Amino acid sequence: MNKSEQQLLTIIAESVLESSLTKEMEQLGAKGYTIMDVRGKGSAGVRNAGWDASSNIRIEVICTPAVADAISAHLQDKYYNDYAMIIYTGAVNVLRPDKF
Amino acid sequence: MDPIILFFLFGVFAGIVKSPLRLPSQVYDFITLVLLIAIGLKGGVELSKLSFFTLLPQSLSIIAMGFVLPFVAYPALLVLGRFQRADAASIAAHYGSVSVGTFAVAIAYMGANDIVYEEHVALFVVLLEIPAILVGIVLAKGIKQDTNWGKIANEVFLGKGVILLVGGLVIGWIAGEEGVSSIEPLFVDLFKGILALFLLEMGLITSTHLGSLRKYGIFLVCFGIAMPLFSSLVGISLGFMLGLSVGGTAILATLAASASYIAVPAAMRISVPEANPTLSLTASLGITFPFNIVIGIPLYYHWSAYAYKAFA
Repeated sequence: MNKSEQQLLTIIAESVLESSLTKEMEQLGAKGYTIMDVRGKGSAGVRNAGWDASSNIRIEVICTPAVADAISAHLQDKYYNDYAMIIYTGAVNVLRPDKF
Repeated sequence: MDPIILFFLFGVFAGIVKSPLRLPSQVYDFITLVLLIAIGLKGGVELSKLSFFTLLPQSLSIIAMGFVLPFVAYPALLVLGRFQRADAASIAAHYGSVSVGTFAVAIAYMGANDIVYEEHVALFVVLLEIPAILVGIVLAKGIKQDTNWGKIANEVFLGKGVILLVGGLVIGWIAGEEGVSSIEPLFVDLFKGILALFLLEMGLITSTHLGSLRKYGIFLVCFGIAMPLFSSLVGISLGFMLGLSVGGTAILATLAASASYIAVPAAMRISVPEANPTLSLTASLGITFPFNIVIGIPLYYHWSAYAYKAFA
């Protein structure tokens, strides 16, 4: 099997940001993403997804390290001050590197 | 007391005692969808019977009220409440806009007490939803070049609340009374039961905001009660001038008094991110929503009736 290492970039953020985030990630070179509705607790309090204003999403993007860095830097700069958001990255193995 | 209010209080109670009870978010979405369409349909059927020239002056003066109310709330919050500019502007926008949930309870109240009102008031909900958002953004940021008005317009006009109400209004308007009768079992007959479930969930959500009340102090509590009382008087005066019935005036007063918790929070979160959303939601959901549905609506009705007796 032909495995290749790519970055898995995970973003957990307020649902209200969904359309902005997906648009900006694509502009920065992400070729695709997966979005989930999630809930939990963090420094911004309990986000219990009871309704729109307290719901979170988790976005996963598999991309090259350069794109992952560009997205992280951009989101940190634009959203970290005012929004509930965390970003983390890690290396993952994928089978078809040309997809990402 | 109307059972739907008891459902709300039940939700608050279940939330306070930390019951794990919650409506799945898809169910909540479905319930709001049915309520918004039902309100729109009912209004649309009435609209089809009215002439454009009756509606135009009404619509314009109601939009004007939507622009004016935040300008009253903003200085009060800034000077008396000593809030930061962004927070004051955001809260002001919440109070200038409307709450569809409160409106639904007002309709149910009128229905339960056999009070006649102009059913096209649903149009007013749509008209009042938007102006305050624009005022809030301008108050927070000034008229700057970097405001992305396209994105804001998208959020405001295509947001769930506005688009469903408008869709319902247009469908009701085109289909007319006879056409709509075939879907009445869902949207009319079940309205109060669905509203009861909605209020149960609202009670649960409200209970999560009660905790923040202690944190933000007495001013926010006073504002959350005084502002709707003031706005309701503006609404009553306007309803009186427009020649609405007592019931219609009371509903307009309720609309003026209600504070948004769906459209405005989302729009403010995107356009004024530095404003603290907990502040405005604590005020609108923790204080004003319960105040309006339990005490406000009957009070506004009595005030309207009194105004008509005294002045008409």
